[in-house]
Amino acid sequence: MSGDAAARGSRRMSPRRLRRASLHAFLIVISLLWLFPLAFALYTSFRPYSDTAAKGYFSLPSVLSLENYQNAWDQANIPHYLLNSLIIVLPSVILVLFLASMMAFVVSRYSWRFNVLFLMLFTAANLLPPQVIITPLFRMYLALPLPPFLSDNGLFYDQFVGIIMIHISFQLGFCTFVLSNYMKTLPKELNEAAVVDGASVWTTYSRVILPLTRPALAALAVLQTVWVYNDFFWALLLMKTGDKYPMTSALNNLKGQFFTDNNLIAAGSILVAIPTLIVFFALQRQFISGLTLGSTKG
Amino acid sequence: MGAPAGPVSAGQAGAPARSRRRSHFSVLTRSDRITLAAMVAVPTFLIVFFILLPTLLSIILSLSSWNGIGGLDQIHWVGLTNYYNLVVNYQSFWPAVAHNVIWLIFFLCIATPLGMFLAVLLDKEIRGTRFYQSALFLPVVLSLAIVGFIWQLIYAPDDGILNQVLHTTSTDKGFIDWLGNPSLNLWAVLVAASWRQVGYVMVLYLAGLKAVDPSLREAAAIDGASERQTFFQVVFPVMRPINIVILVITIIESLRAFDLAFIINKGINGLELLSILVTNNIIGESPEIGFGSAIAVVLLLVAVGPIILYLSRALQEEEQ
Repeated sequence: MSGDAAARGSRRMSPRRLRRASLHAFLIVISLLWLFPLAFALYTSFRPYSDTAAKGYFSLPSVLSLENYQNAWDQANIPHYLLNSLIIVLPSVILVLFLASMMAFVVSRYSWRFNVLFLMLFTAANLLPPQVIITPLFRMYLALPLPPFLSDNGLFYDQFVGIIMIHISFQLGFCTFVLSNYMKTLPKELNEAAVVDGASVWTTYSRVILPLTRPALAALAVLQTVWVYNDFFWALLLMKTGDKYPMTSALNNLKGQFFTDNNLIAAGSILVAIPTLIVFFALQRQFISGLTLGSTKG
Repeated sequence: MGAPAGPVSAGQAGAPARSRRRSHFSVLTRSDRITLAAMVAVPTFLIVFFILLPTLLSIILSLSSWNGIGGLDQIHWVGLTNYYNLVVNYQSFWPAVAHNVIWLIFFLCIATPLGMFLAVLLDKEIRGTRFYQSALFLPVVLSLAIVGFIWQLIYAPDDGILNQVLHTTSTDKGFIDWLGNPSLNLWAVLVAASWRQVGYVMVLYLAGLKAVDPSLREAAAIDGASERQTFFQVVFPVMRPINIVILVITIIESLRAFDLAFIINKGINGLELLSILVTNNIIGESPEIGFGSAIAVVLLLVAVGPIILYLSRALQEEEQ
């Protein structure tokens, strides 16, 4: 083993090449295994029910069609739920980034006695399992009043606003943590220069620091969009009107009601996954850097 | 406390921290101070009101008996009765604890190490590494709801691909009910959950590996260390911070496990989990707020350990 680095002779190369080949073989098998479930769902989604009913799911197709997609889209009213998701995701992501960037700005750019304490508090809040808070939160949502222009029943419960608020609160800790780590890497002199120029705190934040934080904000925006879109739990517990459900939570109701066979379920699942698959193909780098900014520094 | 030095401190680099801080705030105008206060107050209010207050209320309500009907004056304080009933009388409690523990052990011993192992393999310069990484990473962008649906296509008793390939559908002799059999379904769900967890861990660990100073590896190679020795004796120890993050994430994810079990059978018949017992006490037929809160507190107590571990690491980094 220890001679590996020095091995040059062709006699020593061949076991090395063998190791490389077995490494690739292993990785290819794993990759195909990992791709199989989604690939199989995709394949099934293109097959009419009659085809799989006659030949089984483990078979070659006689016809492929978009019929299942058409049915899922129309019967299950997918556009309606996608719009609900949009109404929830957009304000949640924008507001959480806005609030987290302000908090991060203060704790990372100003020396303040409670910086660390607040950062700890935020991080701890982010790590709690949602089920720890759901019982009192549910009662609070039923009891707290909201003005009519924000809520059609005067409460937090069963409202987009309520879902948006809990998404913001729950994601604040993570975003603040990531953004403050990022802002700490910006040179201190930036604030000094701004002060010398007579800039206010707000100008320093909005004109100097925020533009420089753009890469981290972009990464977090992508990550948060996926996370909030993918959330199943909050709407399930804090909403009761099925019509107001976001896409991911509605999926469970659609099954059995509209998605009657496996082929239709496959098409419905793929349709619902499309926004996140777009992120996978187009914005993978941002998504990954959003994920990893929180665990590694810089 | 190791807070970052203030921006106005450069002129007096040698001054003691306290006077630096004072001089720093003294340059702020009144409106600047109001801006700063608002910037902290709004996010802090949200965290305190929507996360920390309910956590505290969970603890308080766990000592009460309240079915949620009628006002707060209907609450009776019953001490630790809920906990007693939970541990002694509630049939689903110990199975749920056992399932959460199995979930954790499965993640700790299989999914997480597999993700780390794959990250180590993919960290080498090999052809096609982007493809391998993407394939493993794909499930991470999917919601657990979709993951549940996709795996139902595989596990379904008659229409599932697994039973059709194995010839074990309900009309066959050796019928295997992957999701219905209570001694089997937890494992089936764990495979589906790991499908996502492995990619998640792989991505995090890969980022950590990339950040390791390459000269460490070169030095180890010059000293004649094998790849395995280099990893376990050089790379793994310097990865301590990220190892802790991954440990914390693994534990927290195991406690949060909810969606898959809920989608498959609403968390009954072999898929009981603490998180689901909590929610059953809200959306179930007879809500028992105090009792549900007691289960939430159990969940909280288990979560406190990894949270403290994570915070102490963050604190150490902060002090450096």
